[in-house]
Amino acid sequence: MSGGVEILVRVADIEQATATVRRFTLAPLSGEPLPVYSAGAHVVVTMDDDGHRIRNPYSLISRAQDGSHYRIGVLKTPNSRGGSIYLHEKVCEGDELVITMPVNLFPIVRTGRKHVLVAGGIGVTPIYAMAEELRAASAPYEIHYAMRDASCGAFADELVEMHGDKVRLYRDDAQEVIRVDAILPHQPLGTHLYVCGPEGMIDAILAGGRKAGWPVENLHSERFLAPMGGAPFSVALAKAGITATVRSDQSLLEAIEEAGVDAPYLCRGGACGQCETRVISADGELIHNDHYLSDEEKASGAKIMTCVSRLKGRELVLDL
Amino acid sequence: MTTLSDIKSRPIYAGLKVDEYARRHLVAAEGEGARAVIEAFSMAPEALDRTTILYCPGGSAGQDHETALADLAPDLIHVAPSIETLLVRLKGMLNTATMGTRLYATGTEGFIGQVVAAAVGFGVDHHSIFTEHRGSLARRVQCVHCKGMTDNVTATPFTCSHCGLTLFVRDHYSRRLGAFQGVCVDAEEPGVIPPAEELYK
Ligand SMILES: Cc1cc2nc3c(=O)[nH]c(=O)nc-3n(C[C@H](O)[C@H](O)[C@H](O)COP(=O)(O)OP(=O)(O)OC[C@H]3O[C@@H](n4cnc5c(N)ncnc54)[C@H](O)[C@@H]3O)c2cc1C
Ligand code: FES
Repeated sequence: MSGGVEILVRVADIEQATATVRRFTLAPLSGEPLPVYSAGAHVVVTMDDDGHRIRNPYSLISRAQDGSHYRIGVLKTPNSRGGSIYLHEKVCEGDELVITMPVNLFPIVRTGRKHVLVAGGIGVTPIYAMAEELRAASAPYEIHYAMRDASCGAFADELVEMHGDKVRLYRDDAQEVIRVDAILPHQPLGTHLYVCGPEGMIDAILAGGRKAGWPVENLHSERFLAPMGGAPFSVALAKAGITATVRSDQSLLEAIEEAGVDAPYLCRGGACGQCETRVISADGELIHNDHYLSDEEKASGAKIMTCVSRLKGRELVLDL
Repeated sequence: MTTLSDIKSRPIYAGLKVDEYARRHLVAAEGEGARAVIEAFSMAPEALDRTTILYCPGGSAGQDHETALADLAPDLIHVAPSIETLLVRLKGMLNTATMGTRLYATGTEGFIGQVVAAAVGFGVDHHSIFTEHRGSLARRVQCVHCKGMTDNVTATPFTCSHCGLTLFVRDHYSRRLGAFQGVCVDAEEPGVIPPAEELYK
């Protein structure tokens, strides 16, 4: 519940978009229209895998005009602890899932004069929604979408169909790479860039943007960060008076939730800041994996983002 | 009494520094702002052949800052007779500028505000504009009653230069207008006007 209001949905349709990507159409159980959201938003999907609760954020690809459904696209991740595998292998049409209200940490800057959308692989999901919103608003935009090979481009055909020559596709297998140095310099003043994809790609595009003299205010990114595993450690929740073990395949937030404490979260991807928690003491080294805290805050050791960060050591005492 | 820095909506001017990554520098300066431009750009002479300076002497007329700016030898310098003409020229440049252009604004607060408001109209994020306040602390104030703008307001209350009402200068800054708000001070009891305080000189 600490992710905010929850919405019960039924899986109305499952489409195998490529060998590794499935798209799910989610309809509200209540029959009430699903909330309107701005492009770039995601929901957190709660899954119950035989009593093992999994919560993963997924970007919203689209919403039916009448609010009768949302669509999400999920990549089957190798070495998954469960979330994406569960959605690929266990979820059937007609099944029920719980989602949170949409949260947007990757919105379009409406005052921008033009928008350059850059996607890599499954990072296309929020970009797909943004492109549609910009088309509907008749705003100037262009799309650059990189994928492994033609069979991976689940969204490519649809993007081309909807956005025509505004789309450029790049295929890794044809050695086609997104040339930031060619795309960025000639954009009109007031252009904003949005990138979502693998870490390395995001870093390269952002670095290219700075090199082309773009202000940081015009460069936007979203990382599909998943909690990283690590050695197990113990967590003591001072206010609740509970001590629990964070297993190696579990995030700190998941262990806190499993212990029965309703801790805050929104993105579960180290970006929103909602799960920020005060560290009372740490017997070991904090491993900060988020993109929220500043370097100084990370170094101070006073706070931790429970959704993606952990302790390398014996015990962590939190103000929870 | 609140001091100027206590005002939440008042913008923060971090000071000019040359963006080493920018491929083009577009500098709008007024009055004493010329000194800030000279200080910043003489530290980064390699940037000057990609720099355009638009300068309005304004309150510093006669001090010949324009010659000192020309001595920097930027790619282009244009000295405008008034802020209005400078802004027309600036907007023409913003319209055709490409990303990689860094905008700088320096001079009085009223001037910086007008440059920022013009740039925001071209999709520029105001945080990305490098600004430095120089010269008088005079404010540019919009009368909330007649909407007329009065420049160089140094005391509160003051007389609106358009409708003649006596206006109290509120600490509310509109980024869109690049101006503070002036509200009638004797609306309740006409003629009861507190003594003017010199605040922003
Ligand atoms: C804002 C946001 C939006 C997102 N949108 C989408 C989307 O639209 N589509 C989409 O497919 N995904 C999206 N994601 C990613 C998604 O939430 C999941 O992270 C992803 O589906 C993988 O989940 P999983 O449970 O299958 O894998 P996880 O078990 O979370 O594993 C992810 C990776 O972490 C590593 N890992 C995890 N645990 C361990 C461990 N104990 N030891 C070693 N390595 C480990 C694995 O190598 C694995 O590849 C989004 C993420 C964020 C933050
Ligand atoms: S829940 Fe968003 S940063 Fe942790």
